[in-house]
Amino acid sequence: MTNWTQAKGPGDSPKSNAITDVACPFCGLVCDDLEMARDETGLKVTKNGCEKAVAGFERNVNGAKPQIEGRDVDLETAMRAATDLIGASKLPLYGGLGTDVDGIRAVMALADKTGGVVDHALSEGQYRNFRVLQTRGWVMSTLTEARNRADVFIIVGSDLHKLHPRFFERIVNVETSLLTEQPAKRTVVFIGKGLDQSAVKGPRIGNIITLPCELNRVGEIIAALAAEVRGAPIGGDNVAGVPIADVRALAELCQKAAYPVFAWAPPSLAFDNADLVVSMVSDLVKDLNVKGRAAGLALGGNEGAISAGAVSSWQSGYPLRMSFASGKPDYDALRYAIPNMLATGQGDLLVWIASFSPDLGPPATKIPSIVFGTPGLKLAQTPSVYIPIGTPGADHGGRIIRVDNVVSLPLRNLGRSSLPSAANLLGAIELAL
Amino acid sequence: MLIKFTGGTVYDPMNGVNGEVRDIYAKDGRIVAAPQPGTKIDAEYSLSGRVVMAGAIDPHSHIGGGKVTIGRMLLPEDHMGHEVARTDLTRSGCGHAVPSTMTTGYRYAEMGYTAAFEPAMLPANARQAHLEMGDTPMIDKGAFVMLGNDDFFLRSLAEKKDFSFIKDYIAWTMHASQALAVKIVNPGGISAFKFNQRQMDLDEKHVHYGFTPREIILTLARGLKELGVPHPIHIHGCNLGTPGSLHSTLATIRGSEGLPIHLTHIQFHSYGTEGDMKFSSGAPQIAELVNQYKNVSIDIGQIMFGQTCTASGDSMRQYGNTKSANPKKWVVMDIECDNGCGVVPMKYRDKSYVNALQWAIGLELFLLVNDPWRIFLTTDHPNGAPFYYYPHLIRLLMDRTFRNEMLEKLHPQAQAATILKSLDREYSLYEIAIMTRAGPAKSLGLRDRGHLGTGAIADITVYADDTDREAMFKTPLFVFKAGEQIVRNGRVVKVVSGATHVARPEYDRAIEKPLREYFDRYHTVKLDNFRLSDQEIVESNCGHTGGECGCVIVQPCGPRI
Repeated sequence: MTNWTQAKGPGDSPKSNAITDVACPFCGLVCDDLEMARDETGLKVTKNGCEKAVAGFERNVNGAKPQIEGRDVDLETAMRAATDLIGASKLPLYGGLGTDVDGIRAVMALADKTGGVVDHALSEGQYRNFRVLQTRGWVMSTLTEARNRADVFIIVGSDLHKLHPRFFERIVNVETSLLTEQPAKRTVVFIGKGLDQSAVKGPRIGNIITLPCELNRVGEIIAALAAEVRGAPIGGDNVAGVPIADVRALAELCQKAAYPVFAWAPPSLAFDNADLVVSMVSDLVKDLNVKGRAAGLALGGNEGAISAGAVSSWQSGYPLRMSFASGKPDYDALRYAIPNMLATGQGDLLVWIASFSPDLGPPATKIPSIVFGTPGLKLAQTPSVYIPIGTPGADHGGRIIRVDNVVSLPLRNLGRSSLPSAANLLGAIELAL
Repeated sequence: MLIKFTGGTVYDPMNGVNGEVRDIYAKDGRIVAAPQPGTKIDAEYSLSGRVVMAGAIDPHSHIGGGKVTIGRMLLPEDHMGHEVARTDLTRSGCGHAVPSTMTTGYRYAEMGYTAAFEPAMLPANARQAHLEMGDTPMIDKGAFVMLGNDDFFLRSLAEKKDFSFIKDYIAWTMHASQALAVKIVNPGGISAFKFNQRQMDLDEKHVHYGFTPREIILTLARGLKELGVPHPIHIHGCNLGTPGSLHSTLATIRGSEGLPIHLTHIQFHSYGTEGDMKFSSGAPQIAELVNQYKNVSIDIGQIMFGQTCTASGDSMRQYGNTKSANPKKWVVMDIECDNGCGVVPMKYRDKSYVNALQWAIGLELFLLVNDPWRIFLTTDHPNGAPFYYYPHLIRLLMDRTFRNEMLEKLHPQAQAATILKSLDREYSLYEIAIMTRAGPAKSLGLRDRGHLGTGAIADITVYADDTDREAMFKTPLFVFKAGEQIVRNGRVVKVVSGATHVARPEYDRAIEKPLREYFDRYHTVKLDNFRLSDQEIVESNCGHTGGECGCVIVQPCGPRI
């Protein structure tokens, strides 16, 4: 009684030149309202493309050849060499992991079979969040919820515009709200100096407030803010160079707001112990929920990092940084951080996957490496084996999980090239071993 | 390939077979009538003295979707020490309160289950739910999509849209999210919590939209009935886990207007406020009413003692439950103008009065509801307990002496507050087969599952007839999935993918016009990207687990009224 229906969405090749509702995998927001055109020269983003989308889709990926020690070979030869290296490795390190859900599934299957370690290139940032999730938990919102409901956005020490060029356009300065025909203007608060505010403009934007502390001191502002909210204000007249009266005013604003949303991007919080800032923000949001409503909105999640963390968690229980060497998932977020392992001479093979941005190149290392990379990937050294792979959502179909860890989107095969997917190549290696 | 299962003692309630010694034949994955004498038998299993049932079906188990994975991420310490090694056949994983996906699939099969249904799929999270179910091998899957807290539905009610419009929307959502049934969680309450409403009883109005949970329930109950969807509206009622929840549950049953309804994890909604502790059992009153109202079916959501993790769409009530979080960490989310979720770890202790009484309330309900066709065996995995406590639960139901021994270990005041000891009932194997096979299959509209009649899929479980029913149900001798042996002596011997069951009631495609506008105006996802294709589900069963591709099976709906 099997019923099959016609395939729609992923895997379908577009028939005409104009392609609408395209999902963009080049940052964690995964905007899906892009329009494209395709001709012999490649893809052209014709609508709703930010600079990341344009750079990602319009890049020329033709002509890349598989290589062994820098010499061009055919795909079969390169795959055989990669399979042999992986088969002979005692502790392969699967890093980068810039791929989609199916790519991560293939990595997990291969790592499980070969007793390897898995870690994403952007884990350091993600762990600023994971550590808080694993110890405190939080109250969170999602993109559509924040877009319709938030009346105050508090941006915590993060350059959101740089990471997500359309965040303010799509989530903050939106003309419509589900809740009312005439939505009020929104207040946008920046905690931290030097954050790009150029996109914070338009009809829905009301007050823009800046608490201009150094970025590595946002934690002090959050602590003072939390103290105000808890009714035990700190003394003194300023904190991290910001007048305490401004902090007090922000506390009042948060308590009066119907749905203040605290947004941060863990990759932006690039200072020591930044997870403690995430922890403080999360606790502050919890405190605001005792009487009113408030929520966090964690951003970032570029390079398929969210998919990697999620798939790893549902398949093994742990969000990356784990080893299968014992035959079981062995989790240790410090011990199995691939940068640390490489620095201390652990592992005998680096297998690097990077299918989105050419910037996600592998680190230099003394051990042999296999790179499954988008053409043009920045390489610190010549890998033992290089195999060019396609980008999910441009060169082949796929699925990716968005930054809010709720929504996932289908990525279309836009026919940019015939480069193979990481999922297919890694799956083939797994079968061959 | 013709297989003969010879001389087993068969319990097949759908076909009225109660412990009769019978031969069963399967060909090409389905059960067939006895062949002509002399027909070549390709394989034969001698099952004399063995108990034979259809593969078991869990109609309510949180196995896939974002909140389950939040639970996994939240509790690394709970996985540690419970890692599962890979074998030549099976993938590694972990498994205690919230097992990893593959481990979940293997464990269900090793316990004789051949299907489990995710009861709380958010439309916004449907793709991920199916991805996770796709990574859950061995068993058939399916999901109930959550409606009634989403702003499109609530706005449609507010705008007094024609009832056919509401039905079209329900049906469209089932298609788009690839659902088998529809669930409502804390009707209107998840949405109301976003407006800072902290409580919502059956007749309390939503602060923004002005409706009551009663109106929302009746709309969905009537909608599903008129769409011909086999499973009635799956209701997680008001006041989850609160003392006094008994009253809204009774009122929900009384107010059902004869429409078919399913009240899920009813144990969590059966609490009174009597006694010194202001916490008492409402099981007798609820069971009495369930016995009386034949339009009502229930599952229990039995709790067991130990560490688990509660994961619910009910952000309003789960926020309230965060004060009991153990360990002290939790996640609450407002999601996509669609739904919410609350993930709160919980450690049920037999020395806690409240937990001990919760345990007793679940068992009272099992023993006081007299029609096994309308009550299903669940722990609301992982909310009451992980699913692999089912064999223990079955023994509690079948063995009064064992049950009373367990009762005696509990908090003394809880023992005094339950009538459990006075309940002599012991479930029979036939009743267990109804509650874990025939009943769920019938309720979910799985016509060729849950029984062993001609034409059924050959999902068959064979047990030793052990007087220790826990041991018996924990380690089946054989499990067959579509005629293939997948488990022997409680161990996986072959990995298969399992299918995904969906239902597709008719609807008018014109609904997509206002929906498309709604998505374009308010959402961050386009309607066509929101929709999940069959191909995605089939590809999800990606083969990396070593199994075969799963497929999408469309279960028939009745005619639309």
